[in-house]
Amino acid sequence: MAHEHKLAIFRGTVKFKSNTQKIWGVLIFLTIVTAIEVVLGIYKPEFFMHTWMTPFEGGFLATLGNILFSPIIYMKPLNLIFIVLTIIKAYYITWDFMHMRDETKALRRMVVWTGVFLICYLVFILLQEGGYIESVYTNGFIKRDF
Amino acid sequence: MDTTVANTGTEGKTWGGGNKPLKASYGKMMMWFFIVSDALTFSGFLAAYGFSRFKFIDSWPIADEVFTHIPFYHEPAPMIYVAFMTFVLIMSSVTMVLAVDAGHHMNKAKVTLYMFLTIIGGLIFVGSQAWEWGTFIKGDYGAVQTKGGNILQLVNTEGERVAISSIAIDAHGERVQHERKNGLWFVDEGTLPSYTVDEVYNGLVAHPDVLVRTQIINEEGEKTVLSREESLMQIKNNGKLVVEGANLKVNEYGTSLFADFFFFITGFHGFHVFSGVVINIIIFFNVILGTYERRNSYEMVEKVGLYWHFVDLVWVFVFTFFYLV
Repeated sequence: MAHEHKLAIFRGTVKFKSNTQKIWGVLIFLTIVTAIEVVLGIYKPEFFMHTWMTPFEGGFLATLGNILFSPIIYMKPLNLIFIVLTIIKAYYITWDFMHMRDETKALRRMVVWTGVFLICYLVFILLQEGGYIESVYTNGFIKRDF
Repeated sequence: MDTTVANTGTEGKTWGGGNKPLKASYGKMMMWFFIVSDALTFSGFLAAYGFSRFKFIDSWPIADEVFTHIPFYHEPAPMIYVAFMTFVLIMSSVTMVLAVDAGHHMNKAKVTLYMFLTIIGGLIFVGSQAWEWGTFIKGDYGAVQTKGGNILQLVNTEGERVAISSIAIDAHGERVQHERKNGLWFVDEGTLPSYTVDEVYNGLVAHPDVLVRTQIINEEGEKTVLSREESLMQIKNNGKLVVEGANLKVNEYGTSLFADFFFFITGFHGFHVFSGVVINIIIFFNVILGTYERRNSYEMVEKVGLYWHFVDLVWVFVFTFFYLV
């Protein structure tokens, strides 16, 4: 039961012969991802440093569009890439090092969905409010920079 | 006459008890739930960091200018050292999972070896972090803090940082540290900075190629450099305290919140690594003593492994949000 491992990663495109081999394979993958992050972090390509879209102006549909495309409207592409790569790394650490891949679907969902839901909630609230306070500092009549 | 109910009539049915729908042992499941709650704690910290950063989005320190040190190498090189730390932690995660795998095959020698390597990796990581804290606390260029708590740093005309110590000129008349023995016996104060603002101002006047850099981030994502006149005026009118290095109150790199979060988040993570190392050592000795051999199961190694991987997982996020984004 616990000793059987699913040995395929990337939705079955890469299959390993043994669990040990899979571990080294995942290590190589994680190292490559980290290397990409470090290289991007050092060189900061100009192409990724400015947002690709500007916010839509207008009524309700514009707001909807802004929400829909918020990752590329309000975030530098470089930061978006970092966050996506981090989540990919987190996935492979959890799935292959912590053997989440071999657990039952119910346990997997209990752990992952609870965490993901609560963290999204927390991050949304705090970042939203942080941005709001920044806007008060910038547009309000509070002098704080002297 | 059956007075006790021996059978409920539900044996073998879904709700008859004795089912293990998750096919995981109690201990392992509780470790998973602990990890969920710990993940929420860490995301609380990181989200709070994000909150403060969004609040001061136009003046937050640039991590690449703060964490530039590598042991025995004196040129600024951002990212390299922290990338090394990340790799050490991922590597120790690998040896941990190899130990778990060896445990499944009841291979005591291999479990021992891999557990040992994991502990070494953890110690290297904690040591690296201590070194990083050390350089962060010590600081490198120094800065002047204004009355409003902003940080003014010095740069030359090429935009390279200039250390306070390299330009300051003695201004005389600085005050003496107030200790219990030379002042009021019931009050004292901490160590005074090595330079006063007057000394920095004198130095600035004497070095026409030195300018002041403020915290404000401009359009190009760089800190704003003031003109010569503004530089002199800022230090003269607003300078209050010379800051060298960082602690919980002041921080030469920018807003003091940055240092607070740095100490708090990496400190909390470092504490996790440290306790992980301690637990790993305990398990390591149990493996050597043959406890799990006799128990016929290396599940304890698996459980501590889950914790260890979690520590690695958290570092992946700390790495992204503190050093990259």
